[in-house]
Amino acid sequence: MTSTALDRAVVAEEPTRDDVRVVRRQLGPGPRIRFAFWIGPALLLAIWVVGSLTGFIAAQVLTAPWDVVKEFGDQWSNHDLLGNITASLGRVCYGLALGTAAGFALALVSGLSRLGEAVIDGPIQIKRAIPTLALIPLFVAWFGIGEQMKIITIALISMIPIYINTHNGLRGIDGRYAELAETLDIRRGTFLRHVVLPGALPGFLLGLRFAVTSAMLGLVVVEQYNSLSGIGHMMTLAQEYGQTSVIVVGLVLYGLYGFLADAAVRLVERKALSWRRTLEG
Amino acid sequence: MATDVGGLSAAGVTVRNLHRSFNRSGGVLNGLDLDIAPGEFVALIGRSGSGKSTLLRALAGLDRDVEGYGRISVPEQVSVVFQDSRLLPWKRLLANVTFGLEGRDAAERGLRALTEVGLAGRESAWPAELSGGQQQRAALARSLVREPQLLLADEPFGALDALTRLQMHELLRKLCAVHRPAVLLVTHDVDEAIVLADRVILLDGGVVATDLRIDLAQRSQADPGFAGLRHQLLDALGATGEHLGSDFIAPGQRRAS
Repeated sequence: MTSTALDRAVVAEEPTRDDVRVVRRQLGPGPRIRFAFWIGPALLLAIWVVGSLTGFIAAQVLTAPWDVVKEFGDQWSNHDLLGNITASLGRVCYGLALGTAAGFALALVSGLSRLGEAVIDGPIQIKRAIPTLALIPLFVAWFGIGEQMKIITIALISMIPIYINTHNGLRGIDGRYAELAETLDIRRGTFLRHVVLPGALPGFLLGLRFAVTSAMLGLVVVEQYNSLSGIGHMMTLAQEYGQTSVIVVGLVLYGLYGFLADAAVRLVERKALSWRRTLEG
Repeated sequence: MATDVGGLSAAGVTVRNLHRSFNRSGGVLNGLDLDIAPGEFVALIGRSGSGKSTLLRALAGLDRDVEGYGRISVPEQVSVVFQDSRLLPWKRLLANVTFGLEGRDAAERGLRALTEVGLAGRESAWPAELSGGQQQRAALARSLVREPQLLLADEPFGALDALTRLQMHELLRKLCAVHRPAVLLVTHDVDEAIVLADRVILLDGGVVATDLRIDLAQRSQADPGFAGLRHQLLDALGATGEHLGSDFIAPGQRRAS
């Protein structure tokens, strides 16, 4: 009797909030951390700052962050940094646009027709085996050392990932959709626009992310060749005068370019592939 | 898609002496004859590999690479419902239903079709957001919006759970009563065939082995005639006791379709 009374008393004190569960060791990565992306870069920056402050990182080895900022201002006001930035940006955009258009068009032809594949795919694979950077001496001989050579190199280097990934995406489209389209009496043009292109879009966008990085690589290399403007030109000059701080300014800018370009493509990906995001949750 | 072979009527389905084979050692269809009247609901059953899907694909015009001969005549407007819904994942529901439709009233017709299958209000959902049953409803809407004279359905409810399946039977029956297409429904499920069809056809050895007219007063298992029909068909399929093992007696007769 007493025990029932006791039980009742306990139940009355804490009626529903009892939380007893089975706990297992967590093996997955767990829930997301907020601002996770910035933690790594911020840590790197912190090490740089602290290292420069304590003298652990000598100024001759790596310029202190504040000196880089100062140098940035100096370059901006006295050496036309903005002009250099736009010159580099122009090259990379122009080359990337050309390369993307060419890669996409070639992938479409080679992905949709057997004859096209027979003609195009082989040469692309051969071209892929030769590093574009190894072709620069030849391009210099053909196109000189001006803008033409630079843009063609960037275009060629960014064309390959676009081609490979778009082609792969095209061929990965489920054959059952073609069958469906046949039973619906769909015209070829409609089929292209509503089935083929959306189906190949994920592949194309993945290719674009690679292409952006490749284009940056191409930019860095071609700007070492007799540039009269651009970030590479600024860095080459700085190398001659031993200005480490200017070189670091250039490196930071390159890093920023790459990061922003990738973020832009990812944004497009999120918008264009919203139908897939619902799956990923 | 319509092929009016000389002398054969184009209103319903006419198949004469149809042969189809995937390799040299034997045909899947061996001289099959079949007629389906306009508005008639025919269920097609048979063991796996008996050629059900091969016949359906031949009627749908999806077998251009398959070896064979024979004469096929189908109506002008044919729609196909597959076992998977085949909704394009990058198109919202309404766009999927009206895919390939032309004319200014396409959207309006699509909305009406979605309402008919009980998906009103979901027209801007992505296919991935729907359940399997809802996806199959959308596929039905897509085929009906074209007002087909012939509806070809290849195990459309095969991947659905039992409860959803019953609801889909109800829906399909209702839709067929309204639109009156001729229907050829391929199914594994004898009960489904009896409940839905006017006629049940059983394929064996690449020809029509049994052609059974269903004259039940009420379309459910409660009808007194149901058990008899069911037993008759299962018997013909070799699924009852005395025929078990018949699969092993005649090798080379049945092939994967």
